Amino acid sequence: MSTTAPVRLDMDRIIDDRRTRIIVCCGSGGVGKTTAAAAIGLRAAERGRQACVLTVDPARRLAQSMGLTSLDNTPRQVDGVDTSSGGSLHAMMLDMKRTFDEIVEAHADPDRAAQILANPFYQSLSSSFAGTQEYMAMEKLGQLRHADEWDLIVVDTPPSRSALDFLDAPQRLSRFLDGRLIRVLTGPARAGMFGMKVLNAGFAMVTGVLTKILGAQVLRDAGTFVTALDTMFGGFRERAESTYRLLQAPGTAFLVIAAPEADALREASYFVERLDAERMPLAGLILNRVHTSPAGRLSAARSLAAAETLEMQDRPEETGAGPRYELAAAALRIHAERMNLGKRERRLAEHFTSAHPAIPVAEVDAQPEDVHDLDGLRVIGLILSR
Amino acid sequence: MTTRDTDWDGVRLHVITGKGGTGKTTTAAALALALATAGRKVLLIEVEGRQGIARLFDCPPLPYDERKVALGLGRSGTEGGDVYALAVDPEGALLDYLQMFYNMRRAGTTLTRLGVVDFATTIAPGLADVLVTGKATEATRRRGSRGGSHVYDAVVMDAPPTGRIGRFLNVSTEVSGLAKVGPIRTHADTVAKVIRSPQTVVHFVTTLEEMPVQETLDGIEELRELTDGAIRPGGIIINMARPAMLSDADLAAAASGSLDVAELVLGLKAAGINDNHGLAAELGTELKEHALQVALQNRERAELLTSGRPHYELPLIPDGIDLAGLYQLAAALRQQGAA
Repeated sequence: MSTTAPVRLDMDRIIDDRRTRIIVCCGSGGVGKTTAAAAIGLRAAERGRQACVLTVDPARRLAQSMGLTSLDNTPRQVDGVDTSSGGSLHAMMLDMKRTFDEIVEAHADPDRAAQILANPFYQSLSSSFAGTQEYMAMEKLGQLRHADEWDLIVVDTPPSRSALDFLDAPQRLSRFLDGRLIRVLTGPARAGMFGMKVLNAGFAMVTGVLTKILGAQVLRDAGTFVTALDTMFGGFRERAESTYRLLQAPGTAFLVIAAPEADALREASYFVERLDAERMPLAGLILNRVHTSPAGRLSAARSLAAAETLEMQDRPEETGAGPRYELAAAALRIHAERMNLGKRERRLAEHFTSAHPAIPVAEVDAQPEDVHDLDGLRVIGLILSR
Repeated sequence: MTTRDTDWDGVRLHVITGKGGTGKTTTAAALALALATAGRKVLLIEVEGRQGIARLFDCPPLPYDERKVALGLGRSGTEGGDVYALAVDPEGALLDYLQMFYNMRRAGTTLTRLGVVDFATTIAPGLADVLVTGKATEATRRRGSRGGSHVYDAVVMDAPPTGRIGRFLNVSTEVSGLAKVGPIRTHADTVAKVIRSPQTVVHFVTTLEEMPVQETLDGIEELRELTDGAIRPGGIIINMARPAMLSDADLAAAASGSLDVAELVLGLKAAGINDNHGLAAELGTELKEHALQVALQNRERAELLTSGRPHYELPLIPDGIDLAGLYQLAAALRQQGAA
């Protein structure tokens, strides 16, 4: 009847395998990435791993339950974790600007660093959200991995419009730093050094146009910024590349998170294909918020028909006697709706699984309430490991 | 039916934001349909390069060009007006800007090749944002030939998510950090004038879940703080709300697990279904989950209302959004006075 069932994702095998050092949770916004990352981190810790969860934008109550009350860029130990297996859990929220400042300070002499930190272009870049957050999340991941204080880092990727931004950010920065525009901005002297054909004839025109659009002062600031950053270029690119390699290493496991909705699954598909193209190790798909029913043997059609039967009966309570059928009718309608929803979700999920039959899948049932404490996270961890 | 006042008379630019996954694009499209009453022309703009509008209206990917995508929601017996759509990207907006103000599209192409757009999005996202919002405000202000009436009666912008909306709209401040004077600064100031005028409001789309609600309230607050009240919050649009299917008393009983399963058994039996293998108890579990969900929704709704903003509620369209579903949402928005 249905296509072959997907392979089940064995979450415990992944977290119990000491060779797994990094788990990256990615997916489009609003699919439960943060909760999944926190649940995996907690389960790993309670199974004996020294785990650290790096999160970008957690729900306030979830953050509080993990003891994360401020953005302080330092992993904090989470209380209330069962450490009887010898594990521990730390968690931190990313402070994008501070992470960026630290890179600048690490790569430039104090004078130059101060100059960069004060530049309006730097301030705009380091506190904006487009791309920088992705890049800084990767940078922080690299730092945590390098510190080697934890044997498992679970990272929750930024809530990008597209899950792909996160992979593209380091390369976009790299491409920019290598770009021809940089040479325009850093001035004719340097451009001459590179002997670029396009610049010889077009240089005056291009600077002219840029001055016209941006104004001379903006161009000057941009030039100053870029020149100041110039000394750090090598360092920047090297870091981006080493993080990229880290993501390709065998100790990394990518988990794509999706909800059973058309948009989220479409993004998940793109992401899976992209990971494959980049030779990044995909461990599986977590399908969140799936609606199943404990009474699956009663079909939606039969349930609805039964509800209608009850609603068409004489209403005994109007005569003040006999049983009340409203409750059963409502229960049958709720059940029918849930069965229909589950069926729709199943079909959407099958679009994904039939295109990617080899990818292991774990399903997490929709929870009636939001998860905002460690017990809730434990339940999710348990479901993930069924 | 006579024309009646809506909650947003006088507003010509509706900016729609919301947390990812709450149905921002769908809501923006439904609002555009609802605003396009007979004889009116509405432009729906998308800015994040996802081609979500094309998918919703089941048409080929939108180019950087204003195209008619649908007829607005009519009133009884009359057809609606026209809904146009446009997908704005920073690159197209830059070329447009150069053409419009300097008549230099060719030079723009050269700049694109040189990576100016990469430059803008990488190093100064504020510059990219001002180009994109600039396109939306230009369409809002545009008048027909010979200084005639506005080309569009309303513009609806499917904007970036709540977490980014403050910076996105606060263009003049974002750019003034970079450019004290100069053409781009002048442009940003023109854009800001429209965004900070009473003709612009920002609507927040949310579902009745903890995080989207929190982000909505934070977003309204952030907008107020960031712009000192100059950018006006609009309504809160609650999306995908599920109706309660039980009385309050039954909901309370179900939530606390004290529902009478025997009553369910009798009801099932009356409908010709035997309570084999504990079916009634299982349905009771579903009732409990329904009751918990309704309780959560009520808590979140009450939380939203503390903001004092007008709110509208859109039902969950169970079979997924298609064109018919969009019109259904548009009708709900209009009925509640949003358009």
